[in-house]
Amino acid sequence: MKTVTRKVEARPEHCMGCGLCRLACQVAHSPYPQNMIKAMKTGKKPVARMTVEVSSNGTEFRSVRCINCEDPECLKICISGAISRNEETGQVTTDENRCVGCWSCVIACPEGAVFGPLEGEARAHKCDLCPQLEIPACVAICPNEALMVVEIEGVKR
Amino acid sequence: MAVSLRQPRFHIKRDQLRCVECGVCVNQCANRVHFQDPYDGSIDSDGINCVGCLRCVHLCPTRALQVVPYPSRTREHGLWDNSALHEIQLQADSGGILLAGMGNSRRQTVYWDRMLLNASQVTNPSIDPLREPMELKTFLGRKPPFNTKLNKECNSHPQLELEIPVMFAAMSFGSVSLNVHKSLARAAASEKTYWNTGEGGLHPEVCQFGERAIVQVASGRFGVSPEYLSHGAAIEIKIGQGAKPGIGGHLPGEKVTEEVALTRRIPAGTDAISPAPHHDIYSIEDLSQLIYSLKEATAYSKPVAVKIAAVHNVAAICSGIARAGADIIVIDGYRGGSGATPLRVRNEVGIPIEFALAAVDTRLREEGIRHEVSVVASGGIRNSADMAKAIALGADAVYIGTSALIALGCHMCQTCYTGRCNWGIATVNPSLTRRLNPEIGARRARNLLRAWKHELSEFLGGMGMNAVESLRGNRLMLRGLGLTDRELEILGIKAVGE
Repeated sequence: MKTVTRKVEARPEHCMGCGLCRLACQVAHSPYPQNMIKAMKTGKKPVARMTVEVSSNGTEFRSVRCINCEDPECLKICISGAISRNEETGQVTTDENRCVGCWSCVIACPEGAVFGPLEGEARAHKCDLCPQLEIPACVAICPNEALMVVEIEGVKR
Repeated sequence: MAVSLRQPRFHIKRDQLRCVECGVCVNQCANRVHFQDPYDGSIDSDGINCVGCLRCVHLCPTRALQVVPYPSRTREHGLWDNSALHEIQLQADSGGILLAGMGNSRRQTVYWDRMLLNASQVTNPSIDPLREPMELKTFLGRKPPFNTKLNKECNSHPQLELEIPVMFAAMSFGSVSLNVHKSLARAAASEKTYWNTGEGGLHPEVCQFGERAIVQVASGRFGVSPEYLSHGAAIEIKIGQGAKPGIGGHLPGEKVTEEVALTRRIPAGTDAISPAPHHDIYSIEDLSQLIYSLKEATAYSKPVAVKIAAVHNVAAICSGIARAGADIIVIDGYRGGSGATPLRVRNEVGIPIEFALAAVDTRLREEGIRHEVSVVASGGIRNSADMAKAIALGADAVYIGTSALIALGCHMCQTCYTGRCNWGIATVNPSLTRRLNPEIGARRARNLLRAWKHELSEFLGGMGMNAVESLRGNRLMLRGLGLTDRELEILGIKAVGE
């Protein structure tokens, strides 16, 4: 079976640490994805499903999100069976209705790409590649083209 | 502590209703104008250190920011205006020479704007460049005399072959980032023109674009080696620069990073000082020696250019340079840019490129040696019209430096010398240089060249010409508007209506 894994690839050499990807992620996953100001100013601030890491000397940056591992630690550790991996697309997804907010995946993820539940809710947040958008919000907003969508073709036996 | 009398140049207006406190302005400002409260996330700004580069304005995702001239000005005065006072306060604070970046900032007459181009009407047909071929190919280098029979002899002088008569001007690695070199080199290679390394050597990562590079030999001789000379398509001896005629260069030690040191072949962290003169050039004869040394070193396979700042006796100097054996003369007018130059020198020394170019072309023609050199005009070429007018005044090609940097994102804040260029251009700080992605830079510089190419073709077509050769030195295609008789005479053009 032919598989196509879609990934957002970060190019740290072009990343300037502006954090607009994180903002766009928050907005895209808020109740007001079309209105940045409303999304960020109405009620609780939405959670970003990715983050930007800064090196200790402040000169290097890396935009971090789920890289859809082949053998995901989050899936293995999930106590409620909320995390699954689509064998065809290679995408690891969280069923937010089944998630109980136990933080296991947040701790297990070697990339630090799963984000814990907000106060009062019981679900973990991770990159879903913005299924509602043609290009993921973070890639679309990156002012220095440091983020790219890549499609890796493979064969699943 | 005594109160500082330095005035803020800009005021930051933040629309709190639009600000979402994302922190982009905070993390993108190397001058630390914006700051975020670590506890409540609120952002505030202080314009005292703002240089007006508009980085925050462009990156603010909700357009919540405005950078406006500081509204409190000193009382109006025709002589003692705000900047006159500001400059005195700065010097009273520091006791030092005022530094500036980019070219002359004074409001002097831009003579390009006082010249108008011609077009064909009725008596000769104009040409549509979208339907008919338009030849913009330009060769730079020594040409055979007018009546030479076509034989081997006449092809013996090496030439640079340009598909469009614009090249990227010399900007050294160190004064600009490596990503600037990568961007311009790629653009020059794809559009088949040339870029110039500046005096800071050729970085190994751009060596592959060497055949589209003009390598510069300046008074500091940074990075000059047999390999360096052999990598380039041509060699340029830099005598002077329009932004600072008579002044050398000084790249402070903090900008001499490992990479810059490697390229310049000097120890990291040491000041890179280019003396004001070449210490082996004190006459035209000395210049001739260097020209022929470089020609010998490269087996007469590459043209040698000499770049000078446009100064009062430019025509006589250029005549000497032509006779010294240069293949190309580059004249840099007083609007030429710089990464760091004393403000007074930048604004007060040198002459406009329009006059220098006209004077040099006239002089070389009178002396019958115009064919022996190509003339490249530089310093404040803003658009394709300036380029077309320069060619009509007698230039073979033009150099663009500032225009190219603006295409890469420069916003003319004129503080290149601080090393805190928020657009990642005039800096070697790794956290800033990566703000210029060379793929984007190359694309934008290439687009600029292509756009100018289209516009130049339109100008030529309008004048009924199908080759840029027909416009070269064709001053009949220019008319002067609002110029004195003497100015018209020096420019060698007629007044409008004549």
